[in-house]
Amino acid sequence: MFWLIPLIPGASAFILAVFGKWLPKKYVSWQACLSVFASFGISLVSFFGLLKVPPGSPPVIKTLFSWIQSGSFNADLSLQLDPLSSIMTLVVTGVGFLIHVYSVGYMAQDKGYKRYFTYLNLFTFAMLILVMGANLVLMFVGWEGVGLCSYLLIGFWFEKHSAANAGKKAFIVNRIGDAAFILGIFFIFLIVGSGDFRAITGALEGGAVTQGMATLIALLLFAGATGKSAQIPLYVWLPDAMEGPTPVSALIHAATMVTAGVYMVSRMNLLFTLSGVAGQVVGIVGALTAIFAATMALTQNDIKRVLAYSTISQIGYMFIGCGVGAYAAGMFHLFTHAFFKSLLFLAAGSVMHALSGELDMRKMGGLRKYLPLTYPTFLVGAIAIAGVPFLSGFFSKDAILTHAYAQGQYFIWALGLMGAVLTAFYMFRLVFLTFFGQERLDPHAKEHLHESPRVMTVPLVVLAFFSIVAGYVGLPVVLGKKANLFSRFLDPVIHPGHEAHLNISAEWLLILISVAVALCGIYIAYVFYLKSPRTPHRIVARFPMLYKLLYNKYYVDEIYNAAIVRPLVNGSRVVYDNFDLKVIDGTIDGTAAATGSAGKLLSLFQSGLIKDYGLVLLLGVVVFLGYLLF
Amino acid sequence: MIPVSYFFGLSIVLFVLGIIAFFIKRDLITMFMAIEVMLNAANLAFIALAKAAGSPAGQVIVFFIITVAAAEAAVGLAIILLVFRQKKSIKAEDMRLLKG
Repeated sequence: MFWLIPLIPGASAFILAVFGKWLPKKYVSWQACLSVFASFGISLVSFFGLLKVPPGSPPVIKTLFSWIQSGSFNADLSLQLDPLSSIMTLVVTGVGFLIHVYSVGYMAQDKGYKRYFTYLNLFTFAMLILVMGANLVLMFVGWEGVGLCSYLLIGFWFEKHSAANAGKKAFIVNRIGDAAFILGIFFIFLIVGSGDFRAITGALEGGAVTQGMATLIALLLFAGATGKSAQIPLYVWLPDAMEGPTPVSALIHAATMVTAGVYMVSRMNLLFTLSGVAGQVVGIVGALTAIFAATMALTQNDIKRVLAYSTISQIGYMFIGCGVGAYAAGMFHLFTHAFFKSLLFLAAGSVMHALSGELDMRKMGGLRKYLPLTYPTFLVGAIAIAGVPFLSGFFSKDAILTHAYAQGQYFIWALGLMGAVLTAFYMFRLVFLTFFGQERLDPHAKEHLHESPRVMTVPLVVLAFFSIVAGYVGLPVVLGKKANLFSRFLDPVIHPGHEAHLNISAEWLLILISVAVALCGIYIAYVFYLKSPRTPHRIVARFPMLYKLLYNKYYVDEIYNAAIVRPLVNGSRVVYDNFDLKVIDGTIDGTAAATGSAGKLLSLFQSGLIKDYGLVLLLGVVVFLGYLLF
Repeated sequence: MIPVSYFFGLSIVLFVLGIIAFFIKRDLITMFMAIEVMLNAANLAFIALAKAAGSPAGQVIVFFIITVAAAEAAVGLAIILLVFRQKKSIKAEDMRLLKG
C-alpha cells in the first residue's frame, strides 16, 4: 500500500496539468489538498505498521517495474519504506498538507492559481520519489524533479525580472552540485555494480570499497548536497529563491527540498563513516555554513531573507550532526526544523499578507496587537529555533552539539555554539522589529491591515503545536538511554560508528551552556532593539567596515560574479565570435555557397529550348554509334 | 526480289529527313510529325529484316511500336493543344519554362 504515497500527488498533478483549464477553482483546491492529505494518511498508517515490525527485518520494497536494463546497468522503479524514508514521508506530506491548505488562502487572488497547485503537487510527488526511491538512480530522478519544481516555483511570478533571474540562478547553481552528484553515482555503479541501497550497504559492509574510493565518492555526493541543501560554497541561490511565493519558501526552501542533502548523507551514512575524512569535511562545511549564514542574517532587513539565511545556517547544523557521526541527531534537527521553519515562513507570509506585501522590517513594528494569531505563532517558532528549553529546536540542536562535543570535535562545537547565539539574536531581532516597538508602517499599508483568513491561521496554529511538542520524541540521553525514541527508531538504518559517551555531569553542563547561550542571544536582541534602540546605530557607527561587509553578505555574490560568471560569459563571447561565427558558420556557409555556384554554372546548360536538348541527344547517339562502329 | 539494302537505304533517308525536319522546323506540330517519320523509318527497317530472316518477331515489334505511337500521338497532340490554349502559340522557342 505504501507505494501509493508518491503516486497520489503525482496523479493529482497530472490531472491538474492536463485538465486544470476546465476545472473550477474550488475543485482544484480540494483535489490538491486532499491528494496530499491522502498521502499523509497512508504515510501515517505505514509508519505505525513499521513500528510493529520486529527489529532486524529487511526494509519493505515494492518494485513497480523494471525500468532500465542495459547490460550490467540495472535500475528498477522500486520504492522502499524503512524508518528513514518513513520519517521523511511524514514530514513531506504532513507539513506539505498544511502548506497546501495555507496556500489556498495565500494565493486566492493570484491569476496563476491552478498552475501554482499543479507545481506544488508535482513537487510533493518528486520529493516523495526522492525519499522513497530504493536505488540511487530513482533518488536522482526525484532529486532533479524537486530541482525542476523549485525552479518553476521560484520563477512563479516570471513577469518580474528578478524572479525569473532567481529561478535561473537556483537552477544553474544546482547543476554544478548535481554534476558532482551524478559522477558519484557513476563511481558507485563502477565499483558496486548496482545503485540499489541494499547492494551498496552490502558492498560497504563486505569491504569491497577501499577507504580512498569511499572518500572520493562521499565527497562527490556531498558536493551535490551542498548545491541542493545550500551549503558553502553553493548556498548563494537560496536567499534569491525568496522571490517565489512565501508558502513555496516554507515548503521547498525550508522544510523539505533543501534538507534532501541531509537525507542523502544519512541514507549513505555507512559510506561517510567508512571514509572518515568525508565525514570530517561534512562537519566542517556544516559548521562554517552555520556561522557564516548566521552572521549574514544579522543585518538583513528583508524578513524573508533573514529566514532564508537562517535556513542555510540550520541546515549547517544538520550537517554538523551528520559530520560527527550523529546521523540520527541530524535527521532529528531536520524533523523539528521542518515544523518551526515552515511555521516562521508561513507566519512571515501572513505578516506580508496583512501589510499588502511589505517585506521590509524597517516599515513594520508594533504589529503585535493587529495580528492576534500570527504574532503568538511566530513567537513560538522564534523561541523554538532559538533553542529555548522545552521547545523542539532546543532538543535537536542540543543533541547535535552534544554529539559534536562528545566526538572531540571542539572546533565544530564552538562554531555551533557561536551560531546558536547569533541564531537567537537575529530571530529575536526579527520578532522585536516586526511585532514590538513603535509603528513604522506605510499609511497605505495601515489602511488594509487585517489578520489573515482562517484557512491561513489554522495551519499556523497546527505547526506551532508541533514546533512545541515535536522535540519530545527525542529527549536527551541524560534522561535515560531509552528516552530518545527518534534515534532508536532510526537504528536499523543508521549503522553505528564509533560512539563516544560523556558522563552525566558533562552532559548536563553542555545542556546548561546551550540554554545560557540561547537566553544570552535573546537578551542581547532585547537590549538592542527594545530597551535602548540606539545601540545598533552606535555599533554600526563604531564598526562601519564590518557592518558594510555583513550588509553586503561578504560580497560573495559579487566575488562569484567577478571570478566565475563574468569570465565564463566573456570567454563564451570570445569563443562565439571567433569559433562559432567564423569557423563553424564559415564552413557551413562556404559549403552552401560552393554548392550554389556549382549549380549556377551547370544551369547554363539548361536553355529550356527543346531543340537544344534534342541536339545533345543526337550528338550522344552519334558519339555512341561512332564508338560502337570504329 | 528487291534486296534488303534498298529498304535500309530508304529507312535511313526517311530517318535523316525526320531529324532534319525536327531541327529546322519551329512549330510543335511539324516537329511532332518529324518524330512520327523517324518512328516509321525504324518500322520499315524492322519489317524488311523480318521478311529477310523469315521470323515473325520483327513484325510483332512493329505492331507494338504502332500501338505505342498511336497512344503517344494522342497524348502529344493533347499536350500541344493545352499549351496553345495557355500561350496562344505553338512555337517551340516560346516554351522555355525549364530554362536554368
